[in-house]
Amino acid sequence: METVLRAKQVNKYFYEPEEFHVLKDISFEVKRGEFLSLIGKSGCGKSTLLYLLSTMDTDYKGEIEINGMRLTGMKQKQLAAFRNEHIGFVFQFHFLLPEFTALKNVMLPAEKLNKYSASEIKDRAYEKLKMLDMQNYAMKQSSKLSGGQAQRVAIARALINDPTIIMGDEPTGNLDTTNTQIVFDILKDLARTKGQTIIAVTHDPEFAQKSDRIIEMKDGEIIKQ
Amino acid sequence: MIGVNLEIARTHLLAKKRQTLVAMMGVTFGIGMYLLMISFMNGFNEYLEDTLLSSTPDIHIYNDIKTDYSHSILDQVSDTSRMLNIIHHPKPKDITPNIHNPKQIVSDIKTFDNILAVSPQLSSQVFYNNGPVQIPGSLNGVNIIEEAKLTNLQDKMKTGAIEDLMKVDNGILLGHGLATKLNASVGDLVTLASPQGTSMSFRVVGTFQFGIGSLDNVRSYVSLKNVQQLLGKDNQYVTDINIKMKDYTKAKELAATFARKYGYKADDWQVANASAMVSITIRNMMTIVISFTLLVVAGFGIYNIMNMTIQNKLKDIAILKAEGFAGSDIIQIFLFQSLTIGLFGALLGLILGYAMSYGVYSLPFPKNEFMSITHFPVTFHVRHYVFGVVFGLLTTLIAGLMPSLKAGKIDPVAILRG
Repeated sequence: METVLRAKQVNKYFYEPEEFHVLKDISFEVKRGEFLSLIGKSGCGKSTLLYLLSTMDTDYKGEIEINGMRLTGMKQKQLAAFRNEHIGFVFQFHFLLPEFTALKNVMLPAEKLNKYSASEIKDRAYEKLKMLDMQNYAMKQSSKLSGGQAQRVAIARALINDPTIIMGDEPTGNLDTTNTQIVFDILKDLARTKGQTIIAVTHDPEFAQKSDRIIEMKDGEIIKQ
Repeated sequence: MIGVNLEIARTHLLAKKRQTLVAMMGVTFGIGMYLLMISFMNGFNEYLEDTLLSSTPDIHIYNDIKTDYSHSILDQVSDTSRMLNIIHHPKPKDITPNIHNPKQIVSDIKTFDNILAVSPQLSSQVFYNNGPVQIPGSLNGVNIIEEAKLTNLQDKMKTGAIEDLMKVDNGILLGHGLATKLNASVGDLVTLASPQGTSMSFRVVGTFQFGIGSLDNVRSYVSLKNVQQLLGKDNQYVTDINIKMKDYTKAKELAATFARKYGYKADDWQVANASAMVSITIRNMMTIVISFTLLVVAGFGIYNIMNMTIQNKLKDIAILKAEGFAGSDIIQIFLFQSLTIGLFGALLGLILGYAMSYGVYSLPFPKNEFMSITHFPVTFHVRHYVFGVVFGLLTTLIAGLMPSLKAGKIDPVAILRG
């Protein structure tokens, strides 16, 4: 399988409140279609690493490459366009825009990408909602959805542009067992059938156990992979 | 690309209708009040300038009697190197206040550009006899057609017509206040006495009102020839030359030119109305300061509301950035919101401003017999309205730009990580 993500000698420091070496010489690779769990105790730097990989945090030393593209040193605007096309996010909290319907929330990243026509975008958004069994809630105001429903809409939103990598920051952290199972199955299925790579930070040992691969971190270092 | 940003901005605005409306009203009131202020002040200034200009010529040429007695004819007959000549209380002799060769000067002035009318006149202090009562006043001998071009006298007539002055032998046009004092109306005879003691009777052919009490209570017009007769002077005898220009703003330079060329004193209208001009300048200044304040306050309102909106939308901004919206997209989204508020606020402000100006314009002015004014003077100039919209948009642009730039720089990681 080809490598979709490569991190080389990544180091990061926090300077507030005092200088702190968060990530120490992190190097690893992730293959296409892999379902990877990042685990470790709070404060071990796993979330920090995820946000570096997400291209949103650019303050680090070392090198990050996704899809064969070197992202280190790219301009913010280019990174935003890259995120839009290649990376999908699922957070612990759904972060849906409350003024918009579920459907519109899913459509927005595609409208930003501007690759498909308006009607195609709508069809694709419906399709993604259907995949998550949320098609009946498409026209509902997103602020009126329950936690589990909102999280599924958020996953549909992450999928709309068929990203290479889906990143999750404790994607099931706020969900009950049933919904956690549903979300896990959806992510697993995406990795299997569509070859999309999943990288998820999690505290849930069960979730991590069921994934393809686990990277465990401690004090800013990878201790097991 | 821009379409998505506009759509998000529109949704934000419509989701908080009340807040949007309040922000708009700030701009609406700012611009509305600005328009009312500027229209009213401008109207008032124009009214004042108009009355001043119609009662004072753009340039007034006259013989300024010199009171310099430092040289005496005595110096020529007695040797000043050995003795000092002291003259107590010198008085002028054989000084006439008239302008020499007026016909030539008038025809010369007419060759200059920018001259609309030239009116040579002979004015004199007179007494109007009303039975045993003598009312002091001034008599202006004019060519009424030329004079009308200067003062728009035909518009100021209360009774009679200016042309009658030429038709009727020894006709006179009386100021409205003067006519009231003399209890004279069209067709009546009034008797005038000159300072030299000569007197003449004139038939009233009309009354006029400039709206300035100090004129309407003392002035009257007769033909130039009649005043020359009354004073016992020849038909070349003229004391003043009044000039009306096409562009009165150029009066100052031309007055200086005339003064040098003819050797007489030439005052432009600004010199003649210096105190009024100062008050106009101060009023303009005040209008600008107050208008500016109103618009800036509206700008601060928008700045506050945009700041609040952005503070409430930190999460949304973060997720939009995570989805791939760049900082410039976020700036567009919020700038579009404040510009929409600015544009609609400004347009409503135009309507409000027009409505209020029209309201004030329709108010009758408190009745006043000395002023020829029936309602509050208000101007409706398109340029004020255009400036209102432009300035309104500019303030909202600046007020919206600062919070929007801040929003564009928000670090999504800090917010998404909680």
